Amino acid sequence: MREGSHGSARLLVVDDNKVNRLLLSRNLELMGHRAIAAENGRVALEMLRREPFDLLLLDIEMPEMDGFQVLEQLAKDLQLRDLPVIVTSSLEGVDNVVRCIELGAEDYLTKPVNPGLLKARVGASLEKKRLRDLQKELVRRFATPEVAQDLQQSGFSLGGKRVRGTVMFSDIRDFTPLVESQPPEETIELINTYYTLMFNAISGQGGIVSHMAGDGLMAVFGAPLPLPDHCDAAVRAALDMIEMIELFNVEQKTADKPQIRIGIGIASGEMVAGYTGTNERATYTCIGDTVNVASRLEAHTKEAKRAILIDATTRQGLGAKVEVEALGPVTIRGKVQPVEVFAVKGA
Amino acid sequence: MAETIDRSVFEELKATAGADFVKDLVETFLVEAPVMMEDLRSSLAAGEAERFRRAAHSLKSNSNTFGAVNLAAMAKEIELGGLAPVRAAGGAPLDALEVEYTRVAKALMELKRA
Repeated sequence: MREGSHGSARLLVVDDNKVNRLLLSRNLELMGHRAIAAENGRVALEMLRREPFDLLLLDIEMPEMDGFQVLEQLAKDLQLRDLPVIVTSSLEGVDNVVRCIELGAEDYLTKPVNPGLLKARVGASLEKKRLRDLQKELVRRFATPEVAQDLQQSGFSLGGKRVRGTVMFSDIRDFTPLVESQPPEETIELINTYYTLMFNAISGQGGIVSHMAGDGLMAVFGAPLPLPDHCDAAVRAALDMIEMIELFNVEQKTADKPQIRIGIGIASGEMVAGYTGTNERATYTCIGDTVNVASRLEAHTKEAKRAILIDATTRQGLGAKVEVEALGPVTIRGKVQPVEVFAVKGA
Repeated sequence: MAETIDRSVFEELKATAGADFVKDLVETFLVEAPVMMEDLRSSLAAGEAERFRRAAHSLKSNSNTFGAVNLAAMAKEIELGGLAPVRAAGGAPLDALEVEYTRVAKALMELKRA
């Protein structure tokens, strides 16, 4: 609830009739809610776009903009389409009730509104909203904001679409001996700090972390939302990551704790991005040759003794500011033709 | 004809919204209702069917709130019938509506004082 305290919500009452407005607001206030009133649909929409509300009580018959038009506008508005609406009207005819529900109203109360019924309907709608908010919050926590937005806009369906983008793999060098050398609690703390730093660097450049496994992660630049300079963005993120690890190591050294090193592999090209798994449990990911190359390049950082390795496509997509060193063709697993590999300088 | 104000509706309103609040609400209605009446007259004269219907609708809604059952029934009939039959009757239904409203206003003022 917006108001913080349990059970108290901020409600907007929209009615062109003053007696109705006062009475509805009074009933809601007696239930412990905060009621704010608007005299027509246009004013109500302006208020909804300006301030947050938990629930809308909407009259239908109004000058300037009627309740049907408000419902239509709300359905089109990404920010407002989940706002629960209870229509309170004395319109004649069941057709109008049907139309309200079809336009997305959660409930319909006939005026004069029975206070007991009002309380029950408002309570049920707020509870449903609370659960929806909770669900959205969970999606945000377990998916990235971009994936959450994609889900909200396009809905969930298994399968993917072809996109052009850049994939990054990163992991901690010599992690196993490190784990064995310290208590597991310290390892968890180390990993969480590491992930926090990496997430900041990646999302700071417009990328999303699509997978985490142990000490490794996979990030995508250019999906689910297109990113015009995905090659540059990925390389900038990689350089930021290296810089953050260096700063982190200074702190670790001061605290007499183990320092870490990371290896990063980056590849660009076409891939299929979408949801894989089952209808019950799925994850947003990218699949394709580009992903394999990035993963192999990350593994190759050990042999090459370089922190950031990129493929030729990423190299071509880079702006002039980034200096790279050509390491020549490298044969990697899963590829018949050797791959041209470049190391990013300054890392 | 039923009584001007259905006392059970009015008492229920007082019980749920509070007696003092209902006094204020009656006062608001006594200010707003004449405006709705005037709206009905002027929209009839101007031939604005939508405004005419909306004014009748609003009056019906408020009449129901206070238990003014006859006034509500008359306003509903005007809302559903629209402008044409009222014009055909030379505005007579509005005259009748006004007579009933005067009764309602008097009854509400007495109830408010009680």
